[in-house]
Amino acid sequence: MDFMVFQYPMISVQACLDGILLGILFALIAYGMALQWGVMNIINIAQGDLVILGGYIAYFMYLYGIHPAWGVIVAPVIMYFVGIAIYKLVINKVVDRDLFISILATFGISILFMQLMNFAFGADVVLANSDYGTTMLFNNNVVLPNSKIFSAFISILFAICLVIYMKKSKLGRAIRATAQNARAAKILGVDTEKVYAATFGINAALCGVAGALISITFTIHPYMGLPYTIRSFMIVIVAGLGNLPGVAMSGMGLGVFEEFADYILGTEFRIGSVFLLLVLILIYRRFKLSRKREYLK
Amino acid sequence: MRLNKIILSFVSALVILFSTSVVSFAKVVGDKIILGAAISLTGKYSSNGVHTQNGYNMAVDRINSMGGVKVGGKTYKFDIIYYDDESNPKRAAQLAERLISQDGVEFMLGPYSSGLTKAIAPVTEKYGVPMVEANGASRSLFTKGYKYLFAVLAPANLYLDVAIDLAVEKNNGKGVTVAMAFEQDAFSQDVRLGVLDAIKRTGSKKVIDDKLPKELNDMAATLVKVKQMKPDVLVVSGHTKGALTAIRQISEMKVDVPMLAMTHCDAAKLSKQHGKNSQYALCASQWHKTLTYKDDFFKDGMTYDADFTKEFGYAPPYQAAESSAALLVFKDAFERANSFDQKKVRDALAATNMQTFYGNIKFAPGGQNVDKPMVLFQVMCDDAGKCENKVVAPTKWASAKLIHPIPSWSKR
Repeated sequence: MDFMVFQYPMISVQACLDGILLGILFALIAYGMALQWGVMNIINIAQGDLVILGGYIAYFMYLYGIHPAWGVIVAPVIMYFVGIAIYKLVINKVVDRDLFISILATFGISILFMQLMNFAFGADVVLANSDYGTTMLFNNNVVLPNSKIFSAFISILFAICLVIYMKKSKLGRAIRATAQNARAAKILGVDTEKVYAATFGINAALCGVAGALISITFTIHPYMGLPYTIRSFMIVIVAGLGNLPGVAMSGMGLGVFEEFADYILGTEFRIGSVFLLLVLILIYRRFKLSRKREYLK
Repeated sequence: MRLNKIILSFVSALVILFSTSVVSFAKVVGDKIILGAAISLTGKYSSNGVHTQNGYNMAVDRINSMGGVKVGGKTYKFDIIYYDDESNPKRAAQLAERLISQDGVEFMLGPYSSGLTKAIAPVTEKYGVPMVEANGASRSLFTKGYKYLFAVLAPANLYLDVAIDLAVEKNNGKGVTVAMAFEQDAFSQDVRLGVLDAIKRTGSKKVIDDKLPKELNDMAATLVKVKQMKPDVLVVSGHTKGALTAIRQISEMKVDVPMLAMTHCDAAKLSKQHGKNSQYALCASQWHKTLTYKDDFFKDGMTYDADFTKEFGYAPPYQAAESSAALLVFKDAFERANSFDQKKVRDALAATNMQTFYGNIKFAPGGQNVDKPMVLFQVMCDDAGKCENKVVAPTKWASAKLIHPIPSWSKR
């Protein structure tokens, strides 16, 4: 264990800011997962792979001389239709089945996507350079790459747009109604099939935005999707479904937790610490629920 | 009628099965020496797997077109049976078993990566099949007492120790402070052990020793520590992911360090993907085209580079060059053994002492090549932003002078 992070206050500040910026990006991916989980009762194991596919869209724009930041507009549009296609081909066949079937189906989609991306784009690790420069704070002691700040800003922007869309638009209201009670919504004339397809499309579009931002901020590779799925799952578990402020807070919390775990336990335990936290939270939730049950008895 | 159909199908299947096994069940068919190789043509190692296959194919074509292999007064040509191991060690071991027991292969070429070579080596050892491998550098491969494993490349622990020696030399022989960041895989951890040995040997001091996860794409925490501790050398080994992530974040976070040494720069196409941001990075390499080793088949590194580029449309990374060298070693061993007896070929391989365009090759009892040092090149860019890799160490092979210390980001 290394407690350097507490010995030098500026490292703590750096870890907090890095974690918050990273967490906002995670929260965007998790929000898509929460939306789709809440509406369709499907846990999408392929969430991270959709993110990576979005990253490749931005990367190819970069290869063809277009600034990868435009990927945050192009990737969600393409990914929306990819999402709709996945829904029509696979998800609509499992949407009313139990959760285990949907997990298996999306796990299959995940493997298929990994192999297809590997086949189409190759196994090289790639990245898109934004050349956004760096912001120095506190007498150059804290360094923030502008690409991370840009990612966080765009994530917040998309999240706000989505909240407004869900509240004001007809489709948004239909999605919320379906999430509350799909059967009642159907009786009242909501085309739930269309709502499901749109929800999956919106989730894929959010993954597309996040992927484009990840290609600018980090690196992408066909087999890198799973850690993003796990993080989203973790954030949704903590925040609960249909709770956007909760998802944002949980995302940022996870980001900061990961950064501090990296400093204290070592980089090798970074992802492991997320798993550990997930297990602890699930145990805590179970404990809380069992107490509630006893109280009700 | 139906019964007749079933019997006919069964008999046909048997005939097909029998005929294919007869055709393939031989290590030397007519004038062909058939070698076997499980290569990662799909999966996470597929890029380097393809480099390996291209290197093998290039050497097979060249040796065959220049007279082939002369054994017992007869001329033979090389041929290779390839299977795709899907970058999966279990699959690689199964395929090695299949190549040996079903296809009758009696001589093997190695797969890509230390992990897959580790999976295959016990199989080739069990059957006494000599294997010349070109892409498994992990030290643990050479400490197991394998008798039939021969590696043309230098072991992983020698990758970055040259960098520590170089830093000490630049520090007037005094020890230096070293920050280390290594991925948690067999290869990178062996590189780390080599660096630790060099630190001990030179009286240097380790100030950071981070282990990077396999899902690595963020090294910010390590780099913040580097900024704080100000080491003399930062060494990074995490395959292509590690090299790309390190350069991206070092340039974004403006981390100043007098020497930055890493592995997998050319596999990561560092200078192409990062341009001037990768300038001054020192990269460990098994081979570089400017080295002046020579042989009769590929002449020298520059000629190999030009021929390979012409044939495959891209410049050969060292993974391709060392794979080609493996075939030259096999040819030499067959001719000296003057036999296809596995034991005799194995003994001839063990006695190898030759020079190829790739470097000198002489095997230690463990099977590793002890006659070929690693080289370090430095990424150097001109004002127009065009970057090139230039060899700076060992001094004997240097084509440019090391730029040390690396200028700070504020002065670039």
